[in-house]
Amino acid sequence: MSAPTRAEVCVTACADIWIDAGEILVSPFGTIPTVGARLARATTAPNVLLSDGEAMLTTGVWPVGGEPEGYEGWIPFRTIFEMLWSGRRHVMMIPGQLDSFGNMNISMIGEYQQPKAQLIGVRGAPGNTVNHPTSYWVPRHSARVMVAKVDRVCGVGYDSAAAAGPSAQRFHDIRRVVTDLAVLDFETPDHAMRLASVHPGVSVEQAQEATGFQLQVTGEVPETRLPSDDELQLIREVLDPEGLRERELAR
Amino acid sequence: MTPTTTDKQMTEDEVIAELRSGMTIGIGGWGSRRKPMSLVRAILRSDLSDLTIVSYGGPDVGLLCAAGKIKRLVYGFVSLDSIPLDPHFRAARQAGRIESVEYDEGMVYSGLYAAACRLPFLPTRSGLGSGVMTTNPDLKTIKSPYADGEELVAMPALKLDAALVHQNRADRQGNAQHLGPDVYFDDVFCAAADRAYVSCERIVETDELLAAAHPATLRISRAVVSGVVQAPNGAHFTSCVPDYGRDERFQREYVQAAADPEAWAEFSARYLSGDETDYQAAVSAAGLVGGSVGGNA
Repeated sequence: MSAPTRAEVCVTACADIWIDAGEILVSPFGTIPTVGARLARATTAPNVLLSDGEAMLTTGVWPVGGEPEGYEGWIPFRTIFEMLWSGRRHVMMIPGQLDSFGNMNISMIGEYQQPKAQLIGVRGAPGNTVNHPTSYWVPRHSARVMVAKVDRVCGVGYDSAAAAGPSAQRFHDIRRVVTDLAVLDFETPDHAMRLASVHPGVSVEQAQEATGFQLQVTGEVPETRLPSDDELQLIREVLDPEGLRERELAR
Repeated sequence: MTPTTTDKQMTEDEVIAELRSGMTIGIGGWGSRRKPMSLVRAILRSDLSDLTIVSYGGPDVGLLCAAGKIKRLVYGFVSLDSIPLDPHFRAARQAGRIESVEYDEGMVYSGLYAAACRLPFLPTRSGLGSGVMTTNPDLKTIKSPYADGEELVAMPALKLDAALVHQNRADRQGNAQHLGPDVYFDDVFCAAADRAYVSCERIVETDELLAAAHPATLRISRAVVSGVVQAPNGAHFTSCVPDYGRDERFQREYVQAAADPEAWAEFSARYLSGDETDYQAAVSAAGLVGGSVGGNA
């Protein structure tokens, strides 16, 4: 087995978010989180529910870009809303901007009435973040994405949830951020983003330099773990035989 | 002679003749999936203006932006699915040409459902702590009257003057059927509207609707429908599974043309200058008909 690539380290870092996740819907955006979610189902989280991206719940694991093994349920968009309001979901979204308290923006850059750059819109981010665990995938960790202040709060961060009060905080849980350089979390007294681990070959300084705000560091920052041989085999032969994961990281 | 139920079949242009400038119009479908595009194209040809559009937005929003029909847009996102962003929507926003009323996509459902239930609002947790609260200054929270004392968003009803949706089949009376895996929110759009218009791939006899399909495919009742339009390939270029998938080639052509005024003028002249028959003929002539079945997350 050849050495793991950065993309493969990111896949297992994503998969680790869902260790022992029970019977919840895992909704990954992007190729690497998708491979990670299926790896989790194949290894540490056999009970998770995964959709086909349209309206069906799937069984088994299958390659990205391919057809699922089978189906176990029906999950049109309305049912996804109902499920997310009930909290039985963990989403991994791709931020346009992400700040140190986990506020996330995919709506627009600049002024709301006349943005410099209009993006997709808030989508389900406001609802997701106050209803169930949310994690983020940043394929290109840079100061353009990791900003001091987001232009619009789509995904609600810890400070915004606190300012909005107990009903916003009750189910609020920004769990983890996986980037192409590092894994980050919010396990600090004031929930400021912490560098949880750096990927092999990345220094703490490098991760900090690519970030537009001060990262919290508690003690020695460990290296992100490497995928095991079994995991590599699953990733390479079953989940992503075409290597689409590598394309997502092309800088 | 036995009285019969009302025959509501009409044409796209007859639907548009019942609409007025300044109305609030909901458009069904989701992103670039099963949009009532033949009805949208009929709006493009009309004199209608200053519309408030409520939509899980796709190229319906893009085309209406390009034609300057939208005054106010109520939305959670605008996307072409396989292509993340719609260029006309972006251009309209970046030029400050449309008033933006942006909600979480679940809040849009709550607002439509409230309207359908004739309620002034529905409580929801979604929106709390987000920018949606600040850019919609009229949006209020409400305190639960029960012991929990929760403070939740009171999502106002999104009452529609008219709804436009596209389904796979319908009868002349307005019973409408989706044969794909998701009705999206088409039934709620219809119920939230004073008048709902359903276009469909094919109008069939009532008995045929359930000849080979599960009753759950009949989500829209004639009780909420004012007009039915037979519009074969009417959702083009968005998907209308299982009848056809998204026409990805055409969608790319749409996006490329939108990038440049000259190319857009050419695109408009080729596809949007005539009526729906002309549109379908131009699409056929371009050899672009029939996208592959399948969608994108």
